[in-house]
Amino acid sequence: MTSELPTATPGAPAGTRNHDIAEYALRLGDDALILCQRLCAWVTNAPTIEEDLALSNIALDLLGHARVLLGLSGRSDGTNRSDDEFAYRRTEREFRNTLLVELPSGDFAATIARQLAYTHYTSLLYAELAASADEGLASFASRAAKEAEYHCMHASQWTVRLGLGTEESHRRMQAGLEHVWPYAAELFEADDLTTRLDTDGTAVAPARLRADWEREVTRVLTEAGLTVPAPSWEATGGRSGIHTEAFAPLLAEFQSVFRQYPGGNW
Amino acid sequence: MTTEAGSTAAAADDVKQRDEYFDALVAAGECVEPRDWLPDGYRRMVLRQIAQHAHSEIIGMQPEGSWLTRAPSLHRKAALLAKVQDEAGHGLYLYAAAETLGVTRAELLDALHNGHQRSSDTFNQPALTWADTGAIAWLTDGAAVINQAPLCRTSYGPYARAMQRVCQEETFHVRQGYDLLWSLCRGTREQQEMAQDAVDRWWLPAVALMFGPPDTVEGGDGDTRAAALGAAVSRRSMAWGIKRHTNDELRQRFIDNVVPQAERLGVTLPDPAIRWNEERGHYDFTPVTWQVYRTAVAAGAQCGRQRLAHRVAAHEAGAWVRAAADAYAARPVTERQEP
Repeated sequence: MTSELPTATPGAPAGTRNHDIAEYALRLGDDALILCQRLCAWVTNAPTIEEDLALSNIALDLLGHARVLLGLSGRSDGTNRSDDEFAYRRTEREFRNTLLVELPSGDFAATIARQLAYTHYTSLLYAELAASADEGLASFASRAAKEAEYHCMHASQWTVRLGLGTEESHRRMQAGLEHVWPYAAELFEADDLTTRLDTDGTAVAPARLRADWEREVTRVLTEAGLTVPAPSWEATGGRSGIHTEAFAPLLAEFQSVFRQYPGGNW
Repeated sequence: MTTEAGSTAAAADDVKQRDEYFDALVAAGECVEPRDWLPDGYRRMVLRQIAQHAHSEIIGMQPEGSWLTRAPSLHRKAALLAKVQDEAGHGLYLYAAAETLGVTRAELLDALHNGHQRSSDTFNQPALTWADTGAIAWLTDGAAVINQAPLCRTSYGPYARAMQRVCQEETFHVRQGYDLLWSLCRGTREQQEMAQDAVDRWWLPAVALMFGPPDTVEGGDGDTRAAALGAAVSRRSMAWGIKRHTNDELRQRFIDNVVPQAERLGVTLPDPAIRWNEERGHYDFTPVTWQVYRTAVAAGAQCGRQRLAHRVAAHEAGAWVRAAADAYAARPVTERQEP
């Protein structure tokens, strides 16, 4: 299956360390970029002005992460593509983000549920990646880890507020968790690439983070009086460019102005 | 009876003294603080102005906010996110300043939502293209800086302090907008057309609506009652040190700033009357009469309803979240563990 897919990182030969780093950075960068896009749509629609501010602030941090990671991918794969080239010139099938981050945001509770899953994962991941054998990844992660921790606090505090707030907020928060939980599994998907990078100390095998992640989110959900979902299925596909139907409209909107003005100067 | 009359006279003396003390304080350029005694008229006037300003920041997030998901480069996306975030922050500073006058933010938002208070009419225009985000920042934020710089010295302390922070950020927004248009003007023909079109549409909202109606009674456009009232309010506001300059003075300052900038950009400002007047040392332009002002306000009525409806819909959709946060905050501290 994988060989039939468009190559997201065409420059470096497959299987080399540089190719692996390029692909790995692309996966993490696309996660941040697409979640940023979903959060952007909350601005002016949030329940309080503080949340308009918080969500746009988090979106801005994620955009910063995406820009570094996409730039790193372009340098590693030998194409020297810029962050913009990755963001605006690829088609749906070339994006490597998880389905979790592209899901339509739903209500505020579903948004917080997704933030809870994603930010607990990134704060654990970036803390580990800060010690990566790859200088670019390590330097990125040591800065991003601090921001991810704040994002994590934001999501955790809202989870508790909604879980313990009112009957309605509890019900909505639980529904949000049930909705996004099957998609969280994809964050921990392992393949040959993550195994190779984990072995040489460049990356963290996602499965290694899973137990810590489960412990941390369980602690928050327990405090919030919520039930940890036990989904009967696990989403997959994003890492190989098989997205949900919600992704094409998201990308069309993202790239619309850029594509409408070929050769434009921005 | 004698005693009552006596105490009424004493009270009247008291009020007169307080009024005189207050006027002297303001005339000396001192800041008035929330703990000071304030004349009711002053309190109403300053509250009305801060509330309108706060509402304008929040409503003003919409035209640019709608382009966040479509920004054509990641650099521009980041700048726009930062800008819209700043506007939310300005709203917060200003609502906090208004709250020092004895109202709550919830009351102010209700007043906005039910039409008792208004936001600036400037943002009641649709942001039709990407270039609009540049024109809004360059022209309307540029106008805001001219309007707001003197407010850093306004007589009400909490408002002045909020404005000092707001102004620093607004100045940066103007540069971002100018830089955005600069890129478009140096891009393809289609991009240049998009930039010109946006400038054409945002010119009058900036020139007429950001500065308000003319504050001179003369002009004779048949609306002397409104003009006289407006002029009186403007004079009162200046006497109390809330406003520092007339609308028309600030408008002229804006025109003088922006005309050379437009020339450098390579866009045409949609006012054929703009030309340098050597004698006055200012640019001439088509005067904003009451009629021009009213026409500009009326042109935004439909979009204004949509802006308000958007705001109300978001507020109502978030009611359950705010209720949850309130219920959580009301729990005993022992039950509230921060995760």
